[in-house]
Amino acid sequence: MRLEYFEMIDQVTSLDRETKRIEVSSVVPQESPVFEGHFPGHPLVPGVLLTETMAQASGYLVLGLMGFTHMPFLMGVDKARFRTFVGPGTVLSVTAQLEHEGSGYAVTKASITAEGKPICDAELRFRIMPFPEGMDGLMRTQAKRIGLLEESV
Amino acid sequence: MASTFETVAGIISETADIPREQITPESHAIEDLGIDSLAFLDIAFAIDKAFGIKLPLEQWTQEVNEGKAPAEEYFVLKNLVARIDALVAAKQS
Repeated sequence: MRLEYFEMIDQVTSLDRETKRIEVSSVVPQESPVFEGHFPGHPLVPGVLLTETMAQASGYLVLGLMGFTHMPFLMGVDKARFRTFVGPGTVLSVTAQLEHEGSGYAVTKASITAEGKPICDAELRFRIMPFPEGMDGLMRTQAKRIGLLEESV
Repeated sequence: MASTFETVAGIISETADIPREQITPESHAIEDLGIDSLAFLDIAFAIDKAFGIKLPLEQWTQEVNEGKAPAEEYFVLKNLVARIDALVAAKQS
């Protein structure tokens, strides 16, 4: 993870097209400017960045299932729960499940665990739109970085 | 069993926080009820789940934007309800 660059996903572990589920892993860095403020002397990953991590896992799931034809943009977070603290060096397992594929939108349920213990979970909604100009290539580059493209497209 | 309109009105009331008595079959979702596009996606999700269908929102939006159909065709509730009933019937046939 590079928190300050919003690179929340390190590696795609699996993408199951039949069950429409993705599993990814991420390791919280030992150091980050984020920890200088959150909180001085007591580094904790902010809940908003855990939400972003679940959203990115969900986004890559939607991208992979749709073959990178459209871009999912986060539009709603429901039922978010943060169950414990996350500090530097924690190995995160993130899963996202497609709950509903609507016309122009998608709904996922996502969760994060560490060593089998629940960290957080939420229901996320995305608006599905054509790629803004140039974003297609950026997303494909990121997808290659995390090992998604080789597996899905 | 609640009618399609009653179910849709209940969904709109709960999702968009609009008093139920303000919602009538003649209500235009956008012009009369002030529902924006983001809230309408939430409503569409609830309708999809309640009726087991997939409202073709992208197709409707495209038709309205291209002038092939007036917005009233889809966003006046009695018309929306008729389309939901048609989608449910098509699914069952």
